Amino acid sequence: MNWDWSAVGDFMPHFWDGLLVTLQALVLGSLISFALGLVWALLMRTPSRWVRWPVGVVTEFIRNTPLLVQLFFLFYVLPEWNITFSAMTTGVVAIGLHYSTYTMQVYRAGIEGVPAGQWEAATALNLPMTRTWTAVILPQAIRRVVPALGNYVISMLKDTPLLMAITVLDMLGEARLFSQQNFQFTEPLTVIGVAFILISYPASLLMRALERRLVR
Amino acid sequence: MTSGLWELVLKGIWVTVQLLVFSALLAGAVSFVVGIARTHRLWIVRFLAGFYTEVFRGTSALIMIFWVFFVLPPAFGWQLVPMWAGTLALGLTYGAYGSEIVRGALNSVDPAQREGGIALSFSPWQRLRLILLPQAVPEMIPPFSNLLIELLKGTALVSVMGMGDLAFSGNLVRLALQESAEIYTYILLIYFVIAFLLTRVMRGLEKRLKAGIGEVPEKGVSQRELHRPETTGVGGGAA
Repeated sequence: MNWDWSAVGDFMPHFWDGLLVTLQALVLGSLISFALGLVWALLMRTPSRWVRWPVGVVTEFIRNTPLLVQLFFLFYVLPEWNITFSAMTTGVVAIGLHYSTYTMQVYRAGIEGVPAGQWEAATALNLPMTRTWTAVILPQAIRRVVPALGNYVISMLKDTPLLMAITVLDMLGEARLFSQQNFQFTEPLTVIGVAFILISYPASLLMRALERRLVR
Repeated sequence: MTSGLWELVLKGIWVTVQLLVFSALLAGAVSFVVGIARTHRLWIVRFLAGFYTEVFRGTSALIMIFWVFFVLPPAFGWQLVPMWAGTLALGLTYGAYGSEIVRGALNSVDPAQREGGIALSFSPWQRLRLILLPQAVPEMIPPFSNLLIELLKGTALVSVMGMGDLAFSGNLVRLALQESAEIYTYILLIYFVIAFLLTRVMRGLEKRLKAGIGEVPEKGVSQRELHRPETTGVGGGAA
């Protein structure tokens, strides 16, 4: 095994560019998945079967099919329908949509975890429906689910390299480009592998700490 | 779509299924070995197993695949057939997630069961084989079922390396037809059907195993709905 530190040095500027793109995709993807997941979770609670059933089927479908193929779908099919986004936007939307089907279950568990007495108290105080949700139920539900949402952000981080497949230059994209130009595969791939561990391991420790603080 | 193109898709399905079976077997073996090692009485064994888990869970499956394809060959002077390279990368990564499931289930067995084994002077191996595992394994099935779906989704990653799996055959058909909506819809549907069949099989398995220890699978969907294997402790986080 021959390790070349100068290749690591040459790769580092590209690495920071890639890290920035990865983090952008992660932040935007998380925001979409948090918002959309809440929408799915609330739609699944509507009394009408005609809303619940389609939402259930669609989210189940998205959850059980590979993100990579969904990326290809959005990347190649949308232009055929004359909707063109940049590769980055497509990637962020795909990740956000994919993970919203996971966060939706997190929210649902959180909402179901709110004691029935809270609902009854809101009814007794004659609070309107919107106020019941925004002032009573959601603040308690979301507090409980923050660590679980954080875990999905970490999973999302580990899925951002997939964006490389639709030409986004994230960390893996930069590493691959660098390898192909310089014929040095070992160093850039190892650097980004270690970078992922260095980001996701402390993040998972943080989530464990949050879990202890917030959940009970 | 012509029949020639469908044949391509069928070949893709076959490669995906083969890869799924092989990497599921490897991931299962890794899960049990590492998961049991994490409950070992020597701290060094626990530490090494924990280190393995954190490293392989910490990095991305796609990066592992790149690593196995590009870094292993020059470093060690041997090249794996793509199928085995894919199996190795996926099996090791998902095995790390699985080891958390095994550890959690072993830790959630009533401590009195273990103590009973000690009182009857069972050896550690007998305790594991005759007391702990028969009670822990049925508990593992629902999370393993979710992990299997994640693994199925993970197999699509090998198409990035040019392996002719289902996702890759979709790309070939797109290039051949210059039209993508139809083929990608089919590909997604095929993945969905495979995932559906897998959950059915795992549900049947859970029922049989739980019947073996006189339990019934929990009613209601909330327990068995698919969860991504979480980054922090999956089930019973007692370390």
